Amino acid sequence: MRASFVFSEVVTGLRRNITMTIAMIITTAISLALLGGGLLVVRMIDKTQTLYQDKVEVSVYLTNDVSETDPECAAEPCAGLRAALEADPAVEQVDHESRDEAYERFKRIFEAQPELVKLARPEALPASFRIKLVDPERPEVIDQTYGGRPGVESIADQGEFLDRFFGVLNSLRNGTFFVALVMAIAALLLISNTVQLSAFTRRVEVGIMRLVGATRWYTQLPFLLEAVVTGIVGALVAIGLLVVLKVTFIDDVLGGSIQSGVVSSVDGVDILLVAPILLLTALVISGITGYVTLRLYVRT
Amino acid sequence: MIRLEQVSKVYKTSTRPALENVSVEVDKGEFVFLIGASGSGKSTFLRLLLREEVPTKGRVYVANFDVARMARRRVPRLRQSIGCVFQDFRLLHNKTVAENVAFALEVIGKPRHTIRKVVPEVLELVGLEGKAERMPNELSGGEQQRVAIARAFVNRPLMLLADEPTGNLDPDTSQDIMLLLERINRTGTTVLMATHDHSIVDSMRRRVVELDLGRVVRDDARGVYGVGR
Repeated sequence: MRASFVFSEVVTGLRRNITMTIAMIITTAISLALLGGGLLVVRMIDKTQTLYQDKVEVSVYLTNDVSETDPECAAEPCAGLRAALEADPAVEQVDHESRDEAYERFKRIFEAQPELVKLARPEALPASFRIKLVDPERPEVIDQTYGGRPGVESIADQGEFLDRFFGVLNSLRNGTFFVALVMAIAALLLISNTVQLSAFTRRVEVGIMRLVGATRWYTQLPFLLEAVVTGIVGALVAIGLLVVLKVTFIDDVLGGSIQSGVVSSVDGVDILLVAPILLLTALVISGITGYVTLRLYVRT
Repeated sequence: MIRLEQVSKVYKTSTRPALENVSVEVDKGEFVFLIGASGSGKSTFLRLLLREEVPTKGRVYVANFDVARMARRRVPRLRQSIGCVFQDFRLLHNKTVAENVAFALEVIGKPRHTIRKVVPEVLELVGLEGKAERMPNELSGGEQQRVAIARAFVNRPLMLLADEPTGNLDPDTSQDIMLLLERINRTGTTVLMATHDHSIVDSMRRRVVELDLGRVVRDDARGVYGVGR
């Protein structure tokens, strides 16, 4: 096998169908960039989930009279509830928050909106137990065990809100994957078409090669490599697009939310992890498409 | 060198067999004309030898290859032992004369130093020394066919198949090409030439195998083109 011969054939072939080559690279790149974007969203969801996992709490709000009369949680029913919660195997940690402490926290959270703080009265805020669960995925056990007990006003699960938040991210990811799939089909058909076109424009050469006894490697490898080379170039462009997207969109637009810890960031390492996946996908898909096309349409 | 045993070939798209019960044997070093009208089966005959087609019935042997039954991956080896020349030359017009000849060696993986050595030799043999760097469209038809013959012969095949090699050439040029094929034949290479050209067959007085509607109707050791026809 003469590598230089095959290489020069590949370069000639790509230059001869330059418009098709460019179209192929663009569709492959967009498809792979979307796939990569989807994978990055998956990683972002994962990391954001762990970010919230240690913070997710279930709040057991106490009734108004308990909040009013028992700020230290020394009397029944508050003390009994605390003891029961502390003994519960599903509960990792229990903190009692009195009405005044709740008001302090409220003031801290909304310090940017002083008019809101002015309107709020401590009497409007209930005292509560803030509970960390051993298994944050199963907040309903608290509701089942303690809902309706004396002194308990209501039980709120922050996880529910997060589920909705992650639901949005998940549909975003699914949408991205769907568009990536559609683009991948377009890229696939283009690759197949280009291989056929390439084989057609070089039918005289290929005819001579067959006639003088060139093996299938010599007659078909150039076409196969053309497909693979465009696939890989497409993947590299896609990786470039992801980097640009990270710098311009994620760092700029989501920068604030990332710094305040609302969502997790996408960093260089994430792109570095996604890059080989994109390259491998491009390699495998373009290779298989090229091979199948040759088997179906080109005589050996 | 070549042996066909009761070979029949029926194409799927045709009811009449292209070849019917053909048995021919050609020895090493022979020069054989394959004649017959268009559609008589000459091309099918040559395609069977190259394993471009497989026979519907019968056996085909070329050199030591059982052509009809050999594995696909061995077909390149068979074709490397056969040189081919056509009426339409089939040169690559973006390559020089030397590159056209070298191409046949490059694609079967011959080392570069061998190619550099044998290409000028074979160009000299066919009488094209000094034209190595010309492009095919700068050459006359006869010269182009010489390039094609050089390409077919550069790997020193056991056998040369020529399908109407003089079909596009004037009589004088055709004579030159025939002299060249004779010279190649004298090196011990078997030459099998399909042709319509009466005068060439008549003047060469070589073995003639005539096909008609897929059957061998004549096999003369020293034949002419059209006795009694």
